[in-house]
Amino acid sequence: MRVLKALIAVLALVVIALVAAQVPGGQSLLGIVLPYVAFAIFLGGFVQRIVHWAKSPVPFRIPTTCGQANSLPWIQQNTLDCPSTKAGVVGRMVLEVLLFRSLFRNTQAEVQQGPRLIYGSSKWLWLFALLFHYTFLVIVLRHLRLFTDPIVPFVHNLEFFDGLFQVGAPVLYQSDLIFMGAITFLFLRRVLLNNIRYISLPADYFPLFLIFGIGLTGILMRYFLRVDVVAIKQLTLGLVTFAPVMSDQIGTLFFVHLFLVCSLMVYFPFSKLMHMGGVFMSPTRNMANNSRMVRHINPWNDPTIKPHSYAGYEDEFREFMVDAGLPVEKEMPAAQEKSAE
Amino acid sequence: MAIPKADTLGKSVAAAPSMMTGAIPKQDWWDVEAVFKEGNYCYPGKKEILEYHTTKTFPNHPGLFGVPREWDPESDDWNLPENWQEIIMKGLKERLDKFRSLKIFMDCCVRCGACADKCHFFLGTGDPKNMPVLRAELLRSVYRNDFTLGGRILKTMAGGRPMTFKVLKEWFMYFYQCTECRRCSVFCPYGIDTAEVTMIGRELLHLVGVNINWIMEPAANSNRTGNHMGLQPHTFKENVEYLCDDIEEITGVRITPTFNRKGAEILFITPSADVFAEPGIYTAMGYLLLFEHIGLDYTWSTYASEGGNFGLFTNNEMMKKLNGKMYAEAKRLGVKWILGGECGHMWRVLHQYMDTMNGPADFLEVPKSPITGTVFENAASTKMVHISEFTADLIKNGKLKLDPKRNDHRIVTYHDSCNPARAMGMLEEPRYVLKNVVNNFHEMPANTIREQTFCCGSGTGLNTDEIMELRMRSGLPRANAVRHVADRHQVNMLSCVCAIDRATLTSLMNYWNPDVSVCGVSELVGNALVMEGEKERETGLRFEPLAGMEG
Repeated sequence: MRVLKALIAVLALVVIALVAAQVPGGQSLLGIVLPYVAFAIFLGGFVQRIVHWAKSPVPFRIPTTCGQANSLPWIQQNTLDCPSTKAGVVGRMVLEVLLFRSLFRNTQAEVQQGPRLIYGSSKWLWLFALLFHYTFLVIVLRHLRLFTDPIVPFVHNLEFFDGLFQVGAPVLYQSDLIFMGAITFLFLRRVLLNNIRYISLPADYFPLFLIFGIGLTGILMRYFLRVDVVAIKQLTLGLVTFAPVMSDQIGTLFFVHLFLVCSLMVYFPFSKLMHMGGVFMSPTRNMANNSRMVRHINPWNDPTIKPHSYAGYEDEFREFMVDAGLPVEKEMPAAQEKSAE
Repeated sequence: MAIPKADTLGKSVAAAPSMMTGAIPKQDWWDVEAVFKEGNYCYPGKKEILEYHTTKTFPNHPGLFGVPREWDPESDDWNLPENWQEIIMKGLKERLDKFRSLKIFMDCCVRCGACADKCHFFLGTGDPKNMPVLRAELLRSVYRNDFTLGGRILKTMAGGRPMTFKVLKEWFMYFYQCTECRRCSVFCPYGIDTAEVTMIGRELLHLVGVNINWIMEPAANSNRTGNHMGLQPHTFKENVEYLCDDIEEITGVRITPTFNRKGAEILFITPSADVFAEPGIYTAMGYLLLFEHIGLDYTWSTYASEGGNFGLFTNNEMMKKLNGKMYAEAKRLGVKWILGGECGHMWRVLHQYMDTMNGPADFLEVPKSPITGTVFENAASTKMVHISEFTADLIKNGKLKLDPKRNDHRIVTYHDSCNPARAMGMLEEPRYVLKNVVNNFHEMPANTIREQTFCCGSGTGLNTDEIMELRMRSGLPRANAVRHVADRHQVNMLSCVCAIDRATLTSLMNYWNPDVSVCGVSELVGNALVMEGEKERETGLRFEPLAGMEG
């Protein structure tokens, strides 16, 4: 049901694009107006979300320490999993953001008769998540070909390596294949594993279908149903130079592709996809474990909260304390008289 | 509450239908109601205890603990205030503005499920809502409904739910089936920390007077008497002196510690259970022997007589308030720095919160061991050192005369307590100490120790008897790893540096591994210490015969 809701939503987007591309003025709307609006929402929404997060302080220094801390000089510190300096934190974040360090630790638990709990290595999610994100990046960068003239040089290199095996004509990009494979894996995992299916919401399936749709329409355009690339480049280059020109030669499929991309951009800042920004701001990862070395300041620390005072404590227990021979600040009234005698 | 025998419970964990054994729940999680029945919840805070907190602990912070009242979790009427939803939503808004962590953790989860089978409560119960991701969704769904654009427009499509009594019941059930151990946060690609979510969930519950007595009463005791056991000053002193009597009987050495002594160089603070309850008292005997051995100029305090902090399990206000005694007492006594005993969550507070909340401790000096001259740079600001750091430094510098053979009747493993491991990074120090005081040491499997350590299952104020079956289930992953080394290496002693562990692991071992006992690392140190002028030792600190001395 949750899968279906998300699928229907994406199919609806496809239908909207198909219909809109046919009505007069629709192509300009899909090809010119919407990309500007979507990009503005994406940028504005993204920045707004980051600012929204940044407005709340980090009251306490709460890194999750995943290795030996900085301690006595002869104890080897794990500076990457438990950094105590800024440089160490940068190292930890690089590993986290670029290599998904935490996900690499993943295990799978199993219970057997006994009872016996077993924790097996489980790196599939890490592998496919990494493949998904990197091929997505490569594909986005390859698209710079459409937005630059002359084409920025590294795009040529990227295309060369991406099509290294020279299979087919036009040359097959490995990234396309891996990307579709990875997203299929992420989807199948969600529907096939009981516990993952149970926790999944329509909001988890929706971006998967949407991105799958973007990939599929892109692949169809490149390898199967050819579209007018020259006309497309004229449009895309026009978009970035704020002088867009719409040709009526562009195939409908392109508009479906573009509309799904625009949908993704609009959806992005308001969804879990913001983990892209959030991963940099997570206090359990981006803080140094130096809280006993350097005092961390909490801007809303409440100075009116004071401990139950020693004076109040002694007042309540003075008699017992004196009897037990514990030192006191104020003598017992009777004892004072005695010492006066 | 009688609980099933280990054998029966073990079969149930491995075979009864649950998400851990592959059963697929018939209902969506938001349709499954939390049902309270004897044995699956902790008893609510007593009215008079809550009255104490509202009038004595926090007279100037109205509403922090709701309105004191009698209520029954099994009832459909919790006597909540008329506007309880409004109170919760206002509280949530306030906390979103105060904690960036909360905002990030609410927004960034992609439900990848990496955390799902990392929680000891999930592994032991197979209850889907004990998957950290769903525990957080209990709060996240309400957050989405009211605080996000998507949630406001798309409602359930975006996974939002209004705050209803049904949701409140889930919060009470599952925020008290989390021990804030942070294991899930090790595996989360965004470092989402369920401890943070649970802490804030519990803060919100407090606002409408939903709480448990096992936390509220010790918190009241800590505030009034200085320690959670409610030991009054004379009793505290007497207890330590009893331990000295036992030490004298075992070693022939008389130790006379001081209390509340002004001008001592060091203030020593440890969880009060160490001077009161087995097996913590043996750990305390270890401290006493160690300090005597090196001639340390230190004092105990009856006012700051609790290392543990039940405020951590309550709200940040209570944490600050209870913790404040440490610096206050250090200042009053004029000590140079503070030494802390073995305790898990105590060290979370000391390491990650104390300086921020109650610092700066500019009236103290950067800790320097008077015996070795080592300066503890890692505690330069907070000025509090962990006993394992202190002891490791003593051993490294050859300042202790040790006879590890005295622990030869012990085959030892080490349980990393959650907080020293995952909120402090103290992994090697206790191991170094252990390897110098025992001859037989074996590690548990790699996925169950160090930063991946499993909680005892009863932390954060859940070590109460009314939920014993739940505790035995949530402690199973730890017990199971101990079983592994007990079978393979005949391990008979589970050492740790946590007072809650010493109490809870003892119940856990009695239940799952009756052949394994539990001790603090300092007990083993005390056993091995060769004291000046001591008699030949025939027993360990528990009066148990040493190897070669049996009858």
